Amino acid sequence: MTEANDFEPVIVAFCCRYCAYNAADLAGSLRLAYPPNVRIVQTQCSGSVDPRMILKAFESGADGVIVAGCMPGDCHFMEGNFRAAARVAHTKTMLEEIGLGADRVEMVYMSAAMGRTFADTVTNFTEQIRELGPSPAGRGPKPGEPAQQ
Amino acid sequence: MIVAERKPFDDILRMLGDARRVMVLGCRTCVAVCLAGGDREVELLASELRLKARIDGRELTVIEKSVERQCDREFLDPLAEDLADVDAVLSLGCGCGVQLIAEVYDDLLVLPGLDTKLIGVTESEGQWSERCATCGHCVLDITGGVCPFARCSKGLLNGPCGGSQDGQCEINPDIPCAWQLIYDRLRKLGRLDQLSKIIEPRDWRTSRDGGPRTVTRPEAQIAKKSEE
Amino acid sequence: MPEPAAIPDASGEAPGEAAPASHLERALAAGQFAVTGELGPPKSADVEAVARKAQQLAGVVDAVNITDNQTAIVRMSSIAAGRIAMDHGCEPVMQMTCRDRNRIAIQSDVLGAHALGIRNILCLTGDHQTFGNHPQSKNVFDLDSIQLVQMIARMRDEKVFANGEPIRNSKKAPIVEPKMFVGAAANPFADPIDFRVVRLAKKVAAGAQFIQTQVIFDVERFRTYMDEVRRQGLHEKTHILAGVMPPKSARVLKFMDESVAGIRVPGSLIERLTRVAAEAREKVPGDDEAARKKAATAAGREEGVKLCVETIDQVRAIEGVRGVHIMAVEWEEIVPEIVRRAGLK
Repeated sequence: MTEANDFEPVIVAFCCRYCAYNAADLAGSLRLAYPPNVRIVQTQCSGSVDPRMILKAFESGADGVIVAGCMPGDCHFMEGNFRAAARVAHTKTMLEEIGLGADRVEMVYMSAAMGRTFADTVTNFTEQIRELGPSPAGRGPKPGEPAQQ
Repeated sequence: MIVAERKPFDDILRMLGDARRVMVLGCRTCVAVCLAGGDREVELLASELRLKARIDGRELTVIEKSVERQCDREFLDPLAEDLADVDAVLSLGCGCGVQLIAEVYDDLLVLPGLDTKLIGVTESEGQWSERCATCGHCVLDITGGVCPFARCSKGLLNGPCGGSQDGQCEINPDIPCAWQLIYDRLRKLGRLDQLSKIIEPRDWRTSRDGGPRTVTRPEAQIAKKSEE
Repeated sequence: MPEPAAIPDASGEAPGEAAPASHLERALAAGQFAVTGELGPPKSADVEAVARKAQQLAGVVDAVNITDNQTAIVRMSSIAAGRIAMDHGCEPVMQMTCRDRNRIAIQSDVLGAHALGIRNILCLTGDHQTFGNHPQSKNVFDLDSIQLVQMIARMRDEKVFANGEPIRNSKKAPIVEPKMFVGAAANPFADPIDFRVVRLAKKVAAGAQFIQTQVIFDVERFRTYMDEVRRQGLHEKTHILAGVMPPKSARVLKFMDESVAGIRVPGSLIERLTRVAAEAREKVPGDDEAARKKAATAAGREEGVKLCVETIDQVRAIEGVRGVHIMAVEWEEIVPEIVRRAGLK
């Protein structure tokens, strides 16, 4: 039990700059606490998140990945978030088949005004990943070690 | 174009066995278009294999590469250096690509990462369906542009059978009845009288039934001539 | 190579010019209203099973269709079961599909069937193998049903194989061609509906001497079909037998409507059988569930027979209908009663 509590998940959150990133910003302005486990990566649109990026995140040692886009129907690029949702679903299949587990990636939606939602979402997801435990693929090659390729 | 699908991950793992250094080789033509074996799919599969190896505590190096086409030697010859010390090549090309790699590098273990499914067209985003059965003697002129071999489940030349209902094939409601399509097309073209003629039994020698086929264009076989 | 053939003028070449190949042909040529039945061979090598069914139909009908791996389920072959049926008093109509055999096997089987005494053959496309119990098998479909009719008709009339060679063992041997009475199936209810009569015309042009239709429940629709058939004069170029079936229950009708390709059952018929069975249930006093069920089943069957007899009466009155084909699937024992009540013999 203690071992599990010592585990600090590494979460990567791909946030679209029109909504989710602003929501994260707002959370900060409102001094809403959310776990420091989350590394935010800003993207033009959730639709520009390629499954390759998500897998690379896991290869780099992430324990969980969030893809955050605008509310359905409100995507700045019309259907980017729908494409993202389809790709996240496909990524879940891939994570399941290699044994990492479909639950380590999630697609979430929020508007720029939803600072509270951002904070709650990443908090809940961090706990979810904490329950799941560290990624079975480990942290990957350390800096300085030869990368695989 | 040729349309293929990636094999189940477990099958790929089983084929790779305890190979430690693997090249995943993509193709930038047909299989790239149907999102099965292009550069992107190579990257994804390579990531998956590396992650899986780490999970299993296995050593695995994955080399990612793609070529324009795997069905022409000129694109495979330059790979010699990279292939020098791999245990296996996992080809994400269609069956043709897998085989040519194996012919060119005949002491190398070459594995098929895809199942080649059909020759077809893009119906819509993310959906491809069968159109050509490579029968070797095209009859699309008399069927209003709809292939009775590729699209009729029974390959009838004097269809439809009695199972056609609401334009659907009896074996699967997702399959349109090819002869309904032919009928509609010929009616639009004002050529329905064509359907009153009995089409004679097919000579299947031009298709795969006659044995593996070869096509030559003698006017292009210059290299051979200069050798003679 | 597929080449369209011109439609031959069939008016001068009535198949009856040569001596009738079979009793069925003779009966139809003489203008009798023919009755054919159907026998499904067993899913085993059980000769008795064939004999029993044949005995139920012997003398009751003019000929008995012997199905060919129907719905792609493996059964004793049509030729073998046909010969057994002959030994027990029936004239068989061998059925042959294009699904499992190429033209080599088909012609071989036609020679063999003829050698064993079989003289009627019904040419079918065949249900796709995915419907059956061996969906993994390869299918053949070297020919379709129309090409099949044409090929067998040519064997008889031109005495040649599909490749044009004469049917003789050697240059010195006699020509011994199979003389078959050739038939085909027709489905007036399948799509494209406007094309069905054209397809019938093709089969007739190919040489189909008799036609057995798919099961008729919608008599009105069949009437419309026959109007067009007569308009094209096809009823005089071939003998059309209307397909009928006695449904054992409303459930059977529902199943056929939903699951059998090319069959549509009007809702009113399903309602009728349901109602009759329900009424019979209600009439049984007390709480005996077994007795109620028995009554419902019996009433349902009786209504099914009634329905079949009514259909026969109606189609018999349609000009161009030369007989009926009774498909009492797994209920062969009811055929004598139907024949009697419909006044067919």
